[in-house]
Amino acid sequence: MAVEVRIPTILRTHTDGAKAVEGSGTTISEVIDDLETRHSGLKERLVESGDLRRFVNVYVNDEDVRFLAGVQTPVKDGDTIVVLPAVAGG
Amino acid sequence: MGATRSVGRTGRSPPRDYAERVLKISEEIRDAIVAHARRDHPDEACGVVAGAQGSDETTRLIPMLNAARSPTFYEFDSMDLLRLYRELDERDEVPVVIYHSHTATEAYPSRTDIGLASEPAAHYVLVSTAASGAAEGPVEFRSYRIVDGVVTEEEVEVCP
Repeated sequence: MAVEVRIPTILRTHTDGAKAVEGSGTTISEVIDDLETRHSGLKERLVESGDLRRFVNVYVNDEDVRFLAGVQTPVKDGDTIVVLPAVAGG
Repeated sequence: MGATRSVGRTGRSPPRDYAERVLKISEEIRDAIVAHARRDHPDEACGVVAGAQGSDETTRLIPMLNAARSPTFYEFDSMDLLRLYRELDERDEVPVVIYHSHTATEAYPSRTDIGLASEPAAHYVLVSTAASGAAEGPVEFRSYRIVDGVVTEEEVEVCP
Protein backbone atom coordinates (compact mmCIF):
# COMPACT_ATOMS: atom_id res chain seq x y z
CA MET A 1 0.00 0.00 0.00
CA ALA A 2 2.22 2.81 -1.23
CA VAL A 3 1.05 6.37 -0.73
CA GLU A 4 2.68 9.71 -1.38
CA VAL A 5 2.96 12.00 1.62
CA ARG A 6 3.62 15.68 0.97
CA ILE A 7 5.68 17.27 3.70
CA PRO A 8 5.48 20.98 4.62
CA THR A 9 8.64 23.09 4.72
CA ILE A 10 8.87 23.16 8.49
CA LEU A 11 8.91 19.35 8.77
CA ARG A 12 11.42 18.73 6.00
CA THR A 13 14.20 18.65 8.56
CA HIS A 14 12.87 15.15 9.24
CA THR A 15 12.92 14.12 5.58
CA ASP A 16 16.36 15.40 4.53
CA GLY A 17 14.63 18.26 2.77
CA ALA A 18 12.32 16.05 0.69
CA LYS A 19 9.01 17.68 -0.24
CA ALA A 20 7.32 14.31 -0.62
CA VAL A 21 8.07 10.88 0.74
CA GLU A 22 6.58 7.47 0.21
CA GLY A 23 4.80 5.64 2.98
CA SER A 24 2.75 2.52 3.43
CA GLY A 25 -0.15 1.43 5.60
CA THR A 26 -3.89 0.96 5.51
CA THR A 27 -4.71 3.94 7.73
CA ILE A 28 -3.19 7.38 8.36
CA SER A 29 -1.97 6.08 11.69
CA GLU A 30 -0.14 3.17 10.06
CA VAL A 31 1.37 5.43 7.42
CA ILE A 32 2.67 7.77 10.14
CA ASP A 33 4.18 4.82 12.02
CA ASP A 34 5.79 3.62 8.81
CA LEU A 35 7.23 7.09 8.07
CA GLU A 36 8.62 7.29 11.58
CA THR A 37 10.84 4.24 10.91
CA ARG A 38 12.71 6.22 8.22
CA HIS A 39 12.03 9.81 9.27
CA SER A 40 12.63 9.89 12.97
CA GLY A 41 10.83 12.58 14.93
CA LEU A 42 8.09 13.12 12.37
CA LYS A 43 5.42 11.27 14.33
CA GLU A 44 5.81 13.44 17.40
CA ARG A 45 5.24 16.53 15.25
CA LEU A 46 1.98 15.14 13.88
CA VAL A 47 0.42 13.13 16.67
CA GLU A 48 -0.27 13.70 20.34
CA SER A 49 -1.82 11.07 22.62
CA GLY A 50 -2.89 9.03 19.61
CA ASP A 51 -4.69 11.88 17.86
CA LEU A 52 -3.66 14.42 15.29
CA ARG A 53 -2.25 17.54 16.85
CA ARG A 54 -4.79 20.35 16.93
CA PHE A 55 -2.80 22.60 14.61
CA VAL A 56 -1.73 20.03 12.08
CA ASN A 57 -3.97 19.40 9.08
CA VAL A 58 -3.81 16.11 7.20
CA TYR A 59 -5.67 15.54 3.95
CA VAL A 60 -6.27 12.33 2.02
CA ASN A 61 -7.03 12.99 -1.62
CA ASP A 62 -8.00 16.58 -0.75
CA GLU A 63 -10.25 15.69 2.17
CA ASP A 64 -9.45 16.86 5.67
CA VAL A 65 -9.16 13.67 7.74
CA ARG A 66 -10.79 15.48 10.68
CA PHE A 67 -14.03 15.21 8.72
CA LEU A 68 -13.34 11.54 8.00
CA ALA A 69 -12.02 9.22 10.69
CA GLY A 70 -9.00 11.18 11.89
CA VAL A 71 -5.86 9.06 12.16
CA GLN A 72 -7.99 5.96 11.58
CA THR A 73 -8.99 7.21 8.12
CA PRO A 74 -8.31 4.41 5.64
CA VAL A 75 -5.84 4.92 2.83
CA LYS A 76 -5.29 2.87 -0.27
CA ASP A 77 -2.59 2.34 -2.82
CA GLY A 78 -1.92 5.49 -4.84
CA ASP A 79 -3.57 7.91 -2.42
CA THR A 80 -1.97 11.27 -1.82
CA ILE A 81 -1.64 12.53 1.72
CA VAL A 82 -0.91 16.19 2.33
CA VAL A 83 0.32 17.53 5.67
CA LEU A 84 -0.05 21.25 6.34
CA PRO A 85 0.47 23.07 9.61
CA ALA A 86 -2.46 25.32 10.44
CA VAL A 87 -1.95 29.00 9.76
CA ALA A 88 -3.31 30.32 13.01
CA GLY A 89 -2.56 32.46 16.01
CA GLY A 90 -4.03 34.78 18.55
CA MET B 1 1.42 43.12 -11.34
CA GLY B 2 4.64 41.74 -9.91
CA ALA B 3 6.33 41.29 -13.26
CA THR B 4 6.50 44.98 -14.01
CA ARG B 5 7.10 46.34 -10.57
CA SER B 6 10.53 47.26 -9.38
CA VAL B 7 9.33 47.00 -5.79
CA GLY B 8 11.28 44.69 -3.56
CA ARG B 9 13.74 43.70 -6.22
CA THR B 10 16.84 45.30 -4.85
CA GLY B 11 17.49 43.27 -1.75
CA ARG B 12 17.85 39.61 -2.59
CA SER B 13 19.33 38.76 0.75
CA PRO B 14 19.88 35.08 1.46
CA PRO B 15 16.88 33.44 3.11
CA ARG B 16 18.79 32.52 6.26
CA ASP B 17 19.98 36.02 6.91
CA TYR B 18 17.25 36.78 9.43
CA ALA B 19 18.97 39.62 11.22
CA GLU B 20 19.41 41.63 8.05
CA ARG B 21 15.95 41.14 6.62
CA VAL B 22 13.71 44.00 5.64
CA LEU B 23 10.13 43.62 4.50
CA LYS B 24 9.66 45.48 1.23
CA ILE B 25 6.05 45.98 0.37
CA SER B 26 4.13 48.25 -1.98
CA GLU B 27 1.99 51.01 -0.59
CA GLU B 28 -0.96 49.47 -2.42
CA ILE B 29 -0.63 46.10 -0.71
CA ARG B 30 0.14 47.66 2.67
CA ASP B 31 -2.99 49.82 2.39
CA ALA B 32 -5.09 46.83 1.31
CA ILE B 33 -3.94 44.84 4.35
CA VAL B 34 -4.83 47.75 6.63
CA ALA B 35 -8.22 48.10 4.92
CA HIS B 36 -8.85 44.38 5.44
CA ALA B 37 -7.99 44.69 9.14
CA ARG B 38 -10.37 47.65 9.51
CA ARG B 39 -13.14 45.91 7.62
CA ASP B 40 -13.00 42.84 9.87
CA HIS B 41 -12.53 44.77 13.13
CA PRO B 42 -13.30 43.80 15.92
CA ASP B 43 -12.53 40.30 14.62
CA GLU B 44 -9.01 39.49 13.57
CA ALA B 45 -8.29 39.61 9.83
CA CYS B 46 -5.73 37.36 8.17
CA GLY B 47 -4.14 36.55 4.84
CA VAL B 48 -0.94 36.17 2.90
CA VAL B 49 1.11 38.01 0.33
CA ALA B 50 2.50 35.57 -2.19
CA GLY B 51 5.67 35.97 -4.16
CA ALA B 52 7.93 33.87 -6.36
CA GLN B 53 9.83 31.19 -4.49
CA GLY B 54 13.26 32.38 -3.43
CA SER B 55 12.58 36.00 -4.40
CA ASP B 56 11.27 37.48 -1.13
CA GLU B 57 9.08 39.67 -3.34
CA THR B 58 5.64 40.65 -2.10
CA THR B 59 3.64 40.38 -5.28
CA ARG B 60 0.10 39.14 -4.78
CA LEU B 61 -2.24 39.86 -1.88
CA ILE B 62 -4.50 36.96 -0.91
CA PRO B 63 -6.91 37.92 1.88
CA MET B 64 -8.13 34.85 3.74
CA LEU B 65 -11.23 34.18 5.78
CA ASN B 66 -10.69 33.96 9.52
CA ALA B 67 -12.48 30.67 10.14
CA ALA B 68 -12.38 31.39 13.88
CA ARG B 69 -14.26 34.72 13.41
CA SER B 70 -12.84 35.85 16.69
CA PRO B 71 -11.44 39.06 18.18
CA THR B 72 -8.67 37.05 19.85
CA PHE B 73 -7.83 34.26 17.41
CA TYR B 74 -7.38 33.60 13.72
CA GLU B 75 -7.15 30.44 11.72
CA PHE B 76 -7.31 29.78 7.99
CA ASP B 77 -10.12 27.37 7.16
CA SER B 78 -8.50 23.97 6.54
CA MET B 79 -9.89 23.56 3.02
CA ASP B 80 -8.97 27.14 2.11
CA LEU B 81 -5.48 26.36 3.39
CA LEU B 82 -5.18 23.30 1.15
CA ARG B 83 -6.39 25.26 -1.90
CA LEU B 84 -4.04 28.12 -1.09
CA TYR B 85 -0.94 25.94 -0.83
CA ARG B 86 -1.87 24.05 -3.99
CA GLU B 87 -2.27 27.31 -5.90
CA LEU B 88 1.03 28.64 -4.57
CA ASP B 89 2.76 25.38 -5.52
CA GLU B 90 1.37 25.46 -9.03
CA ARG B 91 2.63 29.02 -9.49
CA ASP B 92 6.02 28.37 -7.82
CA GLU B 93 5.09 30.87 -5.16
CA VAL B 94 5.45 30.91 -1.41
CA PRO B 95 3.66 32.86 1.33
CA VAL B 96 6.24 35.64 1.60
CA VAL B 97 4.05 37.47 4.13
CA ILE B 98 1.56 35.98 6.57
CA TYR B 99 -0.47 38.76 8.12
CA HIS B 100 -3.11 39.09 10.78
CA SER B 101 -4.55 41.82 12.93
CA HIS B 102 -4.75 42.40 16.63
CA THR B 103 -7.85 44.36 17.43
CA ALA B 104 -7.34 45.20 21.10
CA THR B 105 -3.60 44.85 21.65
CA GLU B 106 -0.37 46.04 20.07
CA ALA B 107 1.02 44.72 16.80
CA TYR B 108 3.41 42.28 18.45
CA PRO B 109 3.22 38.47 18.16
CA SER B 110 1.27 36.90 21.00
CA ARG B 111 2.46 33.75 22.73
CA THR B 112 0.01 31.81 20.54
CA ASP B 113 1.35 33.48 17.40
CA ILE B 114 4.86 32.46 18.34
CA GLY B 115 3.90 28.91 19.27
CA LEU B 116 2.01 28.30 16.03
CA ALA B 117 4.32 30.07 13.58
CA SER B 118 5.26 27.43 11.04
CA GLU B 119 6.81 29.31 8.14
CA PRO B 120 10.34 30.22 9.24
CA ALA B 121 11.05 32.04 5.97
CA ALA B 122 7.92 34.20 6.10
CA HIS B 123 7.55 37.79 7.21
CA TYR B 124 4.86 37.74 9.89
CA VAL B 125 3.03 41.04 9.61
CA LEU B 126 0.95 42.26 12.54
CA VAL B 127 -1.51 45.10 12.15
CA SER B 128 -3.15 46.64 15.18
CA THR B 129 -6.51 48.33 14.87
CA ALA B 130 -6.67 48.87 18.64
CA ALA B 131 -6.24 52.65 18.37
CA SER B 132 -8.93 53.48 15.82
CA GLY B 133 -10.96 50.32 15.18
CA ALA B 134 -12.78 50.17 11.85
CA ALA B 135 -12.34 53.92 11.28
CA GLU B 136 -9.57 55.83 9.57
CA GLY B 137 -6.85 56.65 12.02
CA PRO B 138 -3.53 55.42 13.27
CA VAL B 139 -2.72 51.75 12.81
CA GLU B 140 0.40 49.87 13.69
CA PHE B 141 1.93 47.85 10.83
CA ARG B 142 4.96 45.82 11.91
CA SER B 143 6.82 42.79 10.64
CA TYR B 144 8.68 39.95 12.31
CA ARG B 145 10.55 36.75 11.74
CA ILE B 146 9.42 33.96 13.99
CA VAL B 147 11.83 31.03 14.00
CA ASP B 148 11.92 28.31 16.65
CA GLY B 149 10.06 30.52 19.09
CA VAL B 150 12.38 33.48 18.60
CA VAL B 151 10.83 36.76 17.42
CA THR B 152 12.94 39.25 15.49
CA GLU B 153 11.35 42.49 14.42
CA GLU B 154 12.39 43.74 11.01
CA GLU B 155 12.15 47.04 9.23
CA VAL B 156 9.22 47.64 6.90
CA GLU B 157 10.06 49.52 3.74
CA VAL B 158 6.96 50.78 1.96
CA CYS B 159 7.56 51.44 -1.70
CA PRO B 160 5.26 53.67 -3.78
